[in-house]
Amino acid sequence: MQTQLADSLKDTPEGREADRILRTCVHCGFCLATCPTYQILGDELDSPRGRIYLMKQMLEGAAVTNRTLTHLDRCLTCRNCETTCPSGVEYGKLLDIGRKLAESKVARPLSQQLQRKALATMLPQKKLFGGLLKLGRMAKPFLPATLSLKIPPSPLSRQGREAITPHARKMLVLAGCVQPALAPQINEAATRVLDGIGISLIEAENAGCCGALSFHLNFQEQGLEAMRRNIDAWWPHVQAGAEAIMMTASGCGVTVKEYGHHLRHDSRYAEKAARISALTRDVSEVLLSEEAALRGWLARRGPRESSRVSFHAPCTLQHGQKITGVVEALLTVAGHTIMPVSESNLCCGSAGTYSLLEPDISSKLRDRKLGHLSAPQPDVIATANIGCLTHLQSGTPIPVRHWVELL
Amino acid sequence: MIAPKIIRRLQSVLPPDCLLLATEDLKPFETDGLTAFRNIPDVVALPETENQVKSILRICHESGTPIVFRGAGTGVSGGALPVDGAVLLAMTRFNRILSIDPLARLARVQPGVRNLAISEAAAPFNLYYAPDPSSQIACTIGGNVAENSGGVHCLKYGLTVHNVLSIRVLTIEGDELVIGSEALDSPGYDLLALLTGSEGMLAVTLEVTVKLLPKPERTQVVLAAFDDIGKGGAAVGAVIAGGVLPAGLEMMDRLAVEAAEAYAHAGYPLNAKAILLVEVDGTQEEVSEDVMRVREILLAAGATEVRTARDEAEQKKFWAGRKAAFPAVGRLAPDYYCMDGTIPRKSLPDVLKRMAALSEQHALPVANVFHAGDGNLHPLILYDANRPGEWEKAERFGADILELCVAHGGSITGEHGVGIEKINQMCVQFGSAELGAFHGIKACFDPDGLLNPGKAVPTLHRCAEYGAMHVRGGKLPFAELPRF
Ligand SMILES: Cc1cc2nc3c(=O)[nH]c(=O)nc-3n(C[C@H](O)[C@H](O)[C@H](O)COP(=O)(O)OP(=O)(O)OC[C@H]3O[C@@H](n4cnc5c(N)ncnc54)[C@H](O)[C@@H]3O)c2cc1C
Ligand code: SF4
Ligand code: SF4
Repeated sequence: MQTQLADSLKDTPEGREADRILRTCVHCGFCLATCPTYQILGDELDSPRGRIYLMKQMLEGAAVTNRTLTHLDRCLTCRNCETTCPSGVEYGKLLDIGRKLAESKVARPLSQQLQRKALATMLPQKKLFGGLLKLGRMAKPFLPATLSLKIPPSPLSRQGREAITPHARKMLVLAGCVQPALAPQINEAATRVLDGIGISLIEAENAGCCGALSFHLNFQEQGLEAMRRNIDAWWPHVQAGAEAIMMTASGCGVTVKEYGHHLRHDSRYAEKAARISALTRDVSEVLLSEEAALRGWLARRGPRESSRVSFHAPCTLQHGQKITGVVEALLTVAGHTIMPVSESNLCCGSAGTYSLLEPDISSKLRDRKLGHLSAPQPDVIATANIGCLTHLQSGTPIPVRHWVELL
Repeated sequence: MIAPKIIRRLQSVLPPDCLLLATEDLKPFETDGLTAFRNIPDVVALPETENQVKSILRICHESGTPIVFRGAGTGVSGGALPVDGAVLLAMTRFNRILSIDPLARLARVQPGVRNLAISEAAAPFNLYYAPDPSSQIACTIGGNVAENSGGVHCLKYGLTVHNVLSIRVLTIEGDELVIGSEALDSPGYDLLALLTGSEGMLAVTLEVTVKLLPKPERTQVVLAAFDDIGKGGAAVGAVIAGGVLPAGLEMMDRLAVEAAEAYAHAGYPLNAKAILLVEVDGTQEEVSEDVMRVREILLAAGATEVRTARDEAEQKKFWAGRKAAFPAVGRLAPDYYCMDGTIPRKSLPDVLKRMAALSEQHALPVANVFHAGDGNLHPLILYDANRPGEWEKAERFGADILELCVAHGGSITGEHGVGIEKINQMCVQFGSAELGAFHGIKACFDPDGLLNPGKAVPTLHRCAEYGAMHVRGGKLPFAELPRF
């Protein structure tokens, strides 16, 4: 597409990158077909191509108002459009630039500012969030449904914490920010499986939120700070020979895999960040490359009950990290039956803090997704990201689990 | 400019989020799949109900305000390009499949339904909708009817016009007409054929009933590589002359293959000068027999490699690459200009040779993608819109290609429509008598010329102006018209 960036941006690194991305878009419209918000709202301005155009005119110096900001806010950052785009438009990167610019030009109403600030500050803090969640659980009967449904009950019986033998092979695992409080059983299950195949998982002392929450709420500096902190926490372990940084939440995984990109202009961290990104793997990728060991462990352990599983591939897994079909294959190896699910490429509407900020669109997408997931009458719905897990669970009595718990 | 009085009337029939008025909101609608043409609309209406559409039409009719309809905006001839002082009316919110009748094998759908969504909805009944434009993932059936769109499978199963049974439309007066019927033929003039391909100039489509076909028992795709594009072109004719009617017969040259492969990872041979994709379908035996014949013919025509897709997944990849080929060339150059001429199949090798010469002459690369089976060429001229003068160069190159098609006895559009883009070439294709007949039909439906004005059918005046610039063989076209 033809572009003519504003003079003030033309020669900045961000301006150059935005221009490069804009120019790969040929305006073919293919991406409209798989954009969740366009499916629901039917307005070009809520489609990837429309948002690209809104960002283009802003970057070209046109006046912007909260209209542009609203359409950018409504984007789920699911990156389904990237998977669909034949021309290879890096929409996610453009959006990071566009959101930052829009936010610098348009003042949000105070209530929105406070809400976003609160989310960006509280959620990433493990301890604070854990405490709030406890309070929330107690107060659940008194909260409005939109909120109380989002609060999962405390995990029941944790699967027996078997004695874990230390192995020579080690990988780092990220605890993340909200997951330890909401669903500690996920990392416990991962630890158990990895132990079974001869790998010890270690949680680095000071690692925490991957940075995605603040970054996508456009507290980009705060997000970058979280990234640097994690790099510092992991670095000694990497030097000591940790093979990989394993992610059990695909939302964190996609972000850590892009640390190298986010910190590329930070001379102190750029190199380390690139190395961390290169070492980062989703738990499904780890298990796929250890398939023989996994089969051995499953055989030693003996068969478990097999379930009919509807799998929801989080956008951060299938579009962000481009991992498709792997989880389904691993669950099949473990003896489960994968049910066919239509519209499997569409977002469930969780999208980090989106479900709290855009509840209308979010719940429409959730119900549409749950309709497809429950159609084949599964015993359990499996997914690969904590956000999707709690979001989906808030709308269905069918149990929703992280797939690694089913191994 | 649309008078504030008219805007107020539109506001009285549409909720606020169905009427866009701010420049910030309007600019993203300034263009469709042909980005070289842009024009910011005065207003965009995004109605949700048929009554709203009717009200908009009435208001426009009474006030003499022109209307341009828009589907998904994937058109590549500028059909949905906004016109000054007009309402741009997008039908995208009418995206429901109303019913599927597996016994009668038909689907009733709203105009904003995506082409591919029809086949997806019909799949559980083992049925599908045959015309499959490469843009089928996104383009709407309303747009398909307006452009009489074709696709890979149209060689065997026909264009949109052969697969639509009836449409319900509103005229500019807001009157409803049902055209066609569920029967294969209906008495009276064939208005359905007239409206199909009318590019939003006669009426707005509210509902479409399409034919569904049973999925063939088996399909198989053969890929052949050639070390010379002319040989590939000759092989196309050989396949058809050999008595096989493929379900699809497509060709891509080296540049197109390179781009498509980068997106689809289909395993295309990257060193070939051209590849052919041949799909055959039918019963088990028919397909086995045809695959053998096609292989023999292709090898005899000089193919350096002939491969059959291993399984359904590979077949899908072969087609995914082909269908994404246009936008995938966005990887090779920032902009492309997609042409859409047709030629008799036998001229293919000749035209390809001339095209290569033209590419050199205009100093712009061209990637070639063809619905080769029906002689429909899609040369993609690669250019960079940010370089001054380059679009004009691309446009001249394009015009030369179209005139080359006409000179070989072909036509200036196979399936993408005339829109604004090829309006001048219409003067090359038709004389004043034919154009007069078109104007007569337009006047019957839309006497005030309010629907998509300035598109698809040029005024004689316009042709005279264009003709004045293009004097061919010492003869002035439209010599009978006064010069201005
Ligand atoms: C990458 C790419 C590949 C393509 N491949 C093919 C191909 O293989 N074959 C092919 O034939 N075309 C192809 N096209 C062209 C385009 O997709 C088709 O012309 C398609 O039918 C346009 O549909 P749309 O919904 O996008 O309509 P739009 O582009 O929005 O509109 C097209 C025309 O239809 C009119 N219109 C739209 N909806 C209505 C309605 N409800 N009532 C009345 N008029 C209406 C508009 O006024 C306009 O004149 C391709 C385009 C792209 C970008
Ligand atoms: S699919 Fe890609 S090239 Fe096409 S409009 Fe969307 S972003 Fe642009
Ligand atoms: S990221 Fe998702 S919601 Fe945002 S434009 Fe792309 S497809 Fe649409």
